[in-house]
Amino acid sequence: MHITDILVTGEPIIYGAMVSMALVGIALLFILTYFKKWKWLWSEWLTTVDHKKIGVMYILSALLMLFRGGVDAMMMRVQLAFPDLGFLNSQHYNEIFTTHGTIMIIFMAMPFLIGLMNIIVPLQIGARDFAFPYLNALSFWSFFFGMALFNISFVIGGSPDAGWTSYTPLSGAAMSPGPGQNFYLMGLQLSGIGTLATGINLMVTILKMRAPGMKLFHMPIFTWSTLVTCFIIVFAFPILTVALALLTIDRIFGAQFFTLTGEGLPMMWANLFWMWGHPEVYIVILPAFGIFSEVIATFAKKRLFGYNVMVWSMIVIALLSFLVWVHHFFTMGAGAFVNSVFSVSTMLIAVPTGVKIFNWLATLYKSKIEFTVPMLWSLAFIPSFILGGVTGVMLGMAAADYQFHNSYFLIAHFHYVLIAGTVFACFAGLVFWYPKMFGHKMNERLGKWAFWLFFFGFHVCFFPQYFLGLDGMPRRLFITNVAEWLPLNVISTVGAFGMGLGFIVFVYNVYYSFRYSARETTGDSWNGNGRTLEWATTTPVPYYNFATVPYVDEIDPYIRMKEEGKTTFEEDKVKPIHMPSYTGQPFIMMAFLGLASFGLVFEWMYVAVFGLIGAVFMMIRRSFDYDDGYYVPVEEIKRTEKKARGL
Amino acid sequence: MAAEELKTGPLEYRTQEGQMGIMGFWIFLGAEVVLFATLFATYAVLFGRTADAPLPSELFEPGIVLVMTFLLLTSSFTCGLAIHEMRRGSVKGLILWMVITLALGLGFLGFEIYEFVHYAHEGATIQSSAFWSAFFILAGTHGLHVTLGIGWAILLLIQIKQRGLTNVTSRKFFIISLYWHFLDVIWIFIFTSVYLIGMVI
Amino acid sequence: MKAKHLRNRWLGLLPLGLILFLSGCGQLEMTVLDPKGPVAQSQYDLIVYSLWFMLGIIVVVFALFAYMLIKYRENRPGRKESDYDPNLHGNTTIEVIWTVIPFIIVILLSIPTVTTLFDLEKAPEPAAGEEEKEPLVVYATTADWKWFFSYPEQDIETVNYLHIPTDRPIEFRLSSADSMSALWIPALGGQKYNMAGMMTKLYLQADEEGVYDGRNSNFNGEGFAAQTFKVHAESEEDFNTWAEEINNEAPELTAERYDELLAPGLTDKQSYSSTHLDYVKHHTREDMGYVVDKYREQFKEKLHLYEIEKQESFQ
Repeated sequence: MHITDILVTGEPIIYGAMVSMALVGIALLFILTYFKKWKWLWSEWLTTVDHKKIGVMYILSALLMLFRGGVDAMMMRVQLAFPDLGFLNSQHYNEIFTTHGTIMIIFMAMPFLIGLMNIIVPLQIGARDFAFPYLNALSFWSFFFGMALFNISFVIGGSPDAGWTSYTPLSGAAMSPGPGQNFYLMGLQLSGIGTLATGINLMVTILKMRAPGMKLFHMPIFTWSTLVTCFIIVFAFPILTVALALLTIDRIFGAQFFTLTGEGLPMMWANLFWMWGHPEVYIVILPAFGIFSEVIATFAKKRLFGYNVMVWSMIVIALLSFLVWVHHFFTMGAGAFVNSVFSVSTMLIAVPTGVKIFNWLATLYKSKIEFTVPMLWSLAFIPSFILGGVTGVMLGMAAADYQFHNSYFLIAHFHYVLIAGTVFACFAGLVFWYPKMFGHKMNERLGKWAFWLFFFGFHVCFFPQYFLGLDGMPRRLFITNVAEWLPLNVISTVGAFGMGLGFIVFVYNVYYSFRYSARETTGDSWNGNGRTLEWATTTPVPYYNFATVPYVDEIDPYIRMKEEGKTTFEEDKVKPIHMPSYTGQPFIMMAFLGLASFGLVFEWMYVAVFGLIGAVFMMIRRSFDYDDGYYVPVEEIKRTEKKARGL
Repeated sequence: MAAEELKTGPLEYRTQEGQMGIMGFWIFLGAEVVLFATLFATYAVLFGRTADAPLPSELFEPGIVLVMTFLLLTSSFTCGLAIHEMRRGSVKGLILWMVITLALGLGFLGFEIYEFVHYAHEGATIQSSAFWSAFFILAGTHGLHVTLGIGWAILLLIQIKQRGLTNVTSRKFFIISLYWHFLDVIWIFIFTSVYLIGMVI
Repeated sequence: MKAKHLRNRWLGLLPLGLILFLSGCGQLEMTVLDPKGPVAQSQYDLIVYSLWFMLGIIVVVFALFAYMLIKYRENRPGRKESDYDPNLHGNTTIEVIWTVIPFIIVILLSIPTVTTLFDLEKAPEPAAGEEEKEPLVVYATTADWKWFFSYPEQDIETVNYLHIPTDRPIEFRLSSADSMSALWIPALGGQKYNMAGMMTKLYLQADEEGVYDGRNSNFNGEGFAAQTFKVHAESEEDFNTWAEEINNEAPELTAERYDELLAPGLTDKQSYSSTHLDYVKHHTREDMGYVVDKYREQFKEKLHLYEIEKQESFQ
């Protein structure tokens, strides 16, 4: 096969993208070489097993994907507001909404939250690192190569075009020939391995590595949300693994699971997909709830209201999330009884969610609200999310859903919950913990600009879409061919650009703050309002996290510690700390698996087998690897702590 | 943390690393249960969708499946004996029983491969119908797990030869025994809900 | 601090703006909120019923939210010492209240949802004082990217347009020759999927004469946007005349002709004086692979679709 056969040709926009990608790539190579940073890149980042660095890499990747998914969104909005331009044709539009959805859920929302969990959870429970640092690096690289594989599809081979739900039979070999859909399957499969491993890893970390005395019901609420999320990951992701594998086998090896021939059953895909897909929604929303709880309590300067209820409501939501998947296809004709059952179970989720909303409001009662940027994101979440929540209940009413389904009403709903929930939380969490990660805060003024632009842009973009849906505009329509729909679409596009502008200001703020923000001098960055252990250690966080781990027997332990003048450096109690060694194995192993996946995408079996053998070889090496890490000597800990604390 | 090592109790549980490894593996098995449950559900849903291919009742033979079941059940027992020997501190016993376990596992695999080839000759392949796709993937995923288990156990046998019984090697053997028993349990479900039901209907 | 000030003012305006927006939209006559038949009417009633609850929830939460932000912001002039209680962390009574009330709301929403669901599985009841009519059976079959409507009673078939009599229930028997699609005529009622190898039933009815829009609402590939059709709802007499005319004048739908039409692509409106149901039954397991087996190669070709037919309004 010649190289020109696999490159996407004939689309000026894609040529432009190719050129700009090539330029950015060359620029990166040049910078790394010119400043002699290759060794630094390898030894500090690519081989790291430090949860904080891995978290930073997750977040950087997620921001990059937010950009890519956002550009997809802008292109769609331009096309819908100016249908006469002939900007995108049907095929191109289909590819764009498919990659937009997949990227935003799988390669933006999840890694963003997992990145925050990576950095914060071990710090919140007083742990040295993850339970399995090596596995954590493995998870990241599997996500990374999955993401890379998915993203190269639009220049090599062609993007998937069957929607992020990839419904069969449309996505099967007969109706979607070529590598596009394989990119979707292999990209998700590869990154899914990492997600599952992270789920297990974090669960063991939280269950086994908490500070002495810290019971489960003493844990910070973000850690709780992580634990519950991990349960969902462990029980939901294998379903996706199987679904993807079956469709891959269908497409590449000619099996008949979801085909129209051989008595296959295409509608089984929808079931399997949503049995994972609905819990997935809660995988990205529960950590968001956790972040909001932390931020609101901190800047209300008040204990979280109803801590136990908050925890239990998350557990109930997690359980219910496995019992509602049919509501994604009420219109499949399962009959009135089945639809009734799933309708009621769906609406029931509103009860624990509502309880959480009221608890946040009650946390604000008799508090001292300080309007910092993370607090603005968190506060904005409440009214915005309510709009998404109530329309969610409306969608849950199956009989009415027959009218809402597949329409812009649905689009508006899930963007209202996913953006106002997950994306707002990502921004809130990032700004909130930014000083912990990088040693300086983000600029507040620019942060507020970014917030207000994004916030208003968001409402202007998505609120009109409810009404487009009620006027019968279906989702995934590549052209606004009905004049009646045009005005609201134009408004929506204006809003989308507002969000884009907000994002640009946010990114500029990263640069601006790096240049001009004051460096942190204490670990307790937000005017001494920190409540949980992550604020108790110094900033920047030493690689071993805590010199000594305090005894914890309550929620918000750092408040008591500050009252009693205790720190995480009790000089007489310092012992050598066991640390894992850095290793390049995870990177190499996953690079091989990435290569194998790439081979499978194009059905080049030799490449696939070669990659698999390489990966197996790396696993065998790992099995014989008895590297037990090293100990940080007491002297070094004391020296580091004294310097950081100015003692 | 690794510094704190218990002096009593099974070797594999004495360090926190050991405890965490075993707990992580239990959770992983939980995920595996979901994986196989999904495959079983798929199989159940596609049951009867044989299209033009032969029916399962025409192909499934009780004899060979019974032999396979016997082999795998026995191997689970010998695997248990291996761990028993390990707890007694006997490297020799551990190796002996583990090798027997692997031999039985290989026997199982041999019969499974023979069976698959035989079905393919009779016109039932992964491509012939939805039912046969589901059958081959369900039984095949189990078979693949057994294969990986055998390869993995061989690696561990080399390591125990090199290093003897330590916190780490005992943990690794304990974990693979969990894995092996788990595969046994899955097989019992395959035996009853795939073969027995398939032969009757 | 200016931003905060702005925020407070804006928050007060939000509920008001919402109500204005909602009432403003009433005049836009959105299709779903302007039902033209009993099925759409029952769904409309359910939506409006639920909207009241939702509006209530929104008002309560927004009001509480605004109150908290205004009263408990840190540097409000005239803050009292008693306005701050950092250790307040629970109150059983109020927590029970805000758990029970949503629960009651869910029950109140569930009851009409379930009854409507069961009603939608039957032909709509005749209006008061009118006699019950047998539903008109129409097989609605999709193939990439067109609609086939077969009227077995009249022994006619149309492509990409639909005629129905008013005041008589229509029993759509939905199926697909290839990809999954959905029949949606928002003016007449909600949608249901068309799937190959099986049949789903959808009852709709038009009470008013007119031309309505119908479409495939479930994404199924390149020609998805163009897979639309007009629904001509007319009196029983007009409908019968139309059917008669088609039956007399239109050509027969031969197996060869039908096979040509099945090939993936777009087609004009067409009429035939017989149905395809005699040749192939896509809703059966035996025939579900029919199109894929025949046209596997043609699915590889792209339409290069930049434009589709424009229209002024939806309906």
